[in-house]
Amino acid sequence: MNLSEEQIERYSRHIILADVGPEGQEAILHGKVLIVGAGGLGSPAALYLAAAGVGTIGLIDNDEVDLTNLQRQIIHATPDLNKPKVLSAKEKIEKLNPDVETVIYRERITSENIMGIIQEYDFLIDGTDNFPTKFLINDACVFAQKSFSHGGVLRFKGQTMTYTPGNACYRCVFRSPPPKDAVPSCSQAGILGSIAGILGTIQATEALKYLIGKGHLLTNRVLTFDAMQMEFRTVNIERDHRCPICGDNPTIKELSDEEQPVCDLKQ
Amino acid sequence: MTIHKLDITKEHCPMTFVKTKLEMSKLKEGEILEVLLKEGEPLENIPKSLKEQGFEVLGISHIESDVYKVQIKK
Repeated sequence: MNLSEEQIERYSRHIILADVGPEGQEAILHGKVLIVGAGGLGSPAALYLAAAGVGTIGLIDNDEVDLTNLQRQIIHATPDLNKPKVLSAKEKIEKLNPDVETVIYRERITSENIMGIIQEYDFLIDGTDNFPTKFLINDACVFAQKSFSHGGVLRFKGQTMTYTPGNACYRCVFRSPPPKDAVPSCSQAGILGSIAGILGTIQATEALKYLIGKGHLLTNRVLTFDAMQMEFRTVNIERDHRCPICGDNPTIKELSDEEQPVCDLKQ
Repeated sequence: MTIHKLDITKEHCPMTFVKTKLEMSKLKEGEILEVLLKEGEPLENIPKSLKEQGFEVLGISHIESDVYKVQIKK
């Protein structure tokens, strides 16, 4: 692949970087990233990945743009109200960078469709708002040996970790979804919009590092931040040999959809 | 050995360095690139940036008026 004159200019600030260069930019242009959820986390992630020139961005989301989304879901705008989120996001991505091919899935991700969808991608970004789907993404990625970035935000806090095959998975740290109502949803607890921006941007950065193969991913670590104190902390974790999915004697052998929506405002 | 040549006298920052890096990426280990560049910002910054990124600057010579030649080894 040879970069065109336009691409050389568009990606000049990447090409200058010693750890990206023309080779890294070509890897990004060949990269395929699936973003699950075109919301608070998926919005900044999609925009930065599109700007960076990720060759294929997949977006899966079944919702339409709602007025309550616009305080943080920055890929959508006021004229997009009631439009499917994946369509609204695709339009922004295409305007931002015609190098990017956007593949949209206007559906919920489930145990039925997840394996077929993720096999097309190099890396996944979990931008979902509920625990069952976070566990589903983890389990599917462990089965398919796919790398992904987990992310979660609430109020003024965020949490993220990266899974790559052989390293600690989400279930090594958090065994199973918490009981319903143990953790308040975004609709109950609220979230400062920019918090989603911080977290989603960290997730996009992990995807880009994965594609260019440079630096240390957030594997075997959980990063948490509290914007009220403006403190970032990383906690080391290990792959758990007793983990029910990636451990030595796994008890989870197939995917399941647990009925436990966290953001159930509309149900 | 092939000596590669590049003229960036008509480019401006950051494209001066971008074009130089792109050309360097085409070289094999040990090959040499000769870059023609203007005095001032390019002459001050290109050799410095190349060294920072691990390339060897073999020499800088004055060609004519405000044009210089930088030899770089990969």
